[in-house]
Amino acid sequence: METRSPQERIIWLLGLIVVIFYALFPVLWIISLSLKTPATVTVKPDEGFWGTLVPSDATFKNYEALFKDGLDGPFLKPLINSIGIALIATLIAIVLASFAAYAIARLEFPGKTLVLGGALAIAMFPPISTVGPLFDMWRSLGLYDTWPGLIIPYLSFSLPLAIYTLVAFFREIPWDLEQAAQVDGATPFQAFRKVIVPLATPGMFTAAILVFIFAWNDFLFAISLTSSDASRTVPAALAFFTGDSQFTQPFANIAAAAVIVTIPIIVFVLIFQRRIVAGLTSGAVKG
Amino acid sequence: MEAASVPARAGEENEPKKRPLSERARSERRLGWLLCAPAVLAMLLVTAYPIIYAFVLSLQRLDLRFPDEREFVGLSNYVDVLTSSLWWTDVANTLGVTLVSVTIEFVLGMAIALLMHRAIFGRGVVRTSVLIPYGIVTVVAAFTWQFAFQPDTGFVNQLPFVADDMNWFGDRFSAFFVIILAEVWKTTPFIALLLLAGLTTIDDGLYEAAKVDGANAVQRFFRITLPLMKPAILVALLFRTLDAFRVFDSIFVMTRGSVDTESVSILGYNQLIARLNLGLGSAVSVLIFLAVLMIAILFVKGFGTSVPGKDQR
Repeated sequence: METRSPQERIIWLLGLIVVIFYALFPVLWIISLSLKTPATVTVKPDEGFWGTLVPSDATFKNYEALFKDGLDGPFLKPLINSIGIALIATLIAIVLASFAAYAIARLEFPGKTLVLGGALAIAMFPPISTVGPLFDMWRSLGLYDTWPGLIIPYLSFSLPLAIYTLVAFFREIPWDLEQAAQVDGATPFQAFRKVIVPLATPGMFTAAILVFIFAWNDFLFAISLTSSDASRTVPAALAFFTGDSQFTQPFANIAAAAVIVTIPIIVFVLIFQRRIVAGLTSGAVKG
Repeated sequence: MEAASVPARAGEENEPKKRPLSERARSERRLGWLLCAPAVLAMLLVTAYPIIYAFVLSLQRLDLRFPDEREFVGLSNYVDVLTSSLWWTDVANTLGVTLVSVTIEFVLGMAIALLMHRAIFGRGVVRTSVLIPYGIVTVVAAFTWQFAFQPDTGFVNQLPFVADDMNWFGDRFSAFFVIILAEVWKTTPFIALLLLAGLTTIDDGLYEAAKVDGANAVQRFFRITLPLMKPAILVALLFRTLDAFRVFDSIFVMTRGSVDTESVSILGYNQLIARLNLGLGSAVSVLIFLAVLMIAILFVKGFGTSVPGKDQR
């Protein structure tokens, strides 16, 4: 690494602070809003910039209100739907993508490029173009407003990302080790379980995080293919939150719900940032 | 010599076994297809089949509120869409949002990528913090910015030089300002990470050599960094452009398309789900699909974006 002048270091440090501020400031803002009481959530003429930003009387009431009525409340059922649908979609997507990625990384067969190219085309596919037909199909198949009705589009639309990530990871695995273990007396199953599985797990984990984030984030399918809390996920439920009266938007409650659905993402990012970056860029670097 | 003769002998031995070998190749081929089949079927089920179905629907008059009036009407839905001023307003809005946000994201993303690349310490901190906007649910990000700009809850109107009662969502251009801000905030990190990956593939020696030859920082950036990063840049731009063209969540949350801020995806949703007009809505869907196809072809042919994975075995 080259040496730098103190000036350069200061500019660099400033840039660093600006970037961190850029990324975190809106998050702090929504947390602040979620802690405000009904009395302070709306702006008072004299409170000024900082008065608006920092809650003067922080409270967890908005969070309690979300869970107050349990499954009949506005938030708990959508939260369970979100978690369940995202987890099941992730699990199935990773199993299907692992099969395909293993075949593409290790086996010789015609049509391999077609599968990769097709996956790429689907990554570019506009979801809105499938919403109408899926709406119609799901209604006649009884999948409208059910968990599988959302799980199917989520897992299918996240397969390209999962396949690309996994192919990149699987290509890096030294598969010869498997044979080496067998030469050393391991059975094929032992060789697979003790040698290959530990090497493949990080890649599958990375792909799983990306798929989960995708399913967790979706809004278009969630509002188009559901009609009730039977399967409505949090992003869709948020759009239909109502306040005490029909005409007030429940700002603080939406903010509290927003904070809750952001927590798992922040936890993932803090723990797995290296893997997420590796996964996100695996397909694009070679491009 | 020894080494060379061994495979030769092995080959001789294998000669009579050619059939079993091709048998093995054939079973490998079968296994490959078998393993790919579930994923391929799942992907086709929600894309290829629906788009064909959407095309079929788009040729019919089909309003679910009046299902008895269903009939084949040829291309008349397309004529209706393409002659309506709403469609063209929405196309202009969508292209405007796409162009402005992708441009800002690219410049900002490049700056963040360069910053991260030159980091001695703190790279992890920056990377973690930029991943947070990427991971945040788009609807949540949209609400966050909406509340920040809303006159009765937000801090923005409390800033100096901003009128206290400025209604950001009451006017087309100020509403787009907030919508684009939310889009840019959330997706710049993604671009920055893709560009950073491209940056790390550039050999540092090139910069040293250019320095020795007297090139300044600006020249080094335009003559070395940009040309060598072209593949990474084009892939990042292609994906972001297609993604921005589908803009839906932010607009739905902030304005629902009022004050002329509707995007083509919102139009499709309104026709299909809100008005249950599957015929007209499907025509919109097919047109959006064709627009996305055109953008992709433009990138691949026009800019020579190499498709990721094309060079892979």
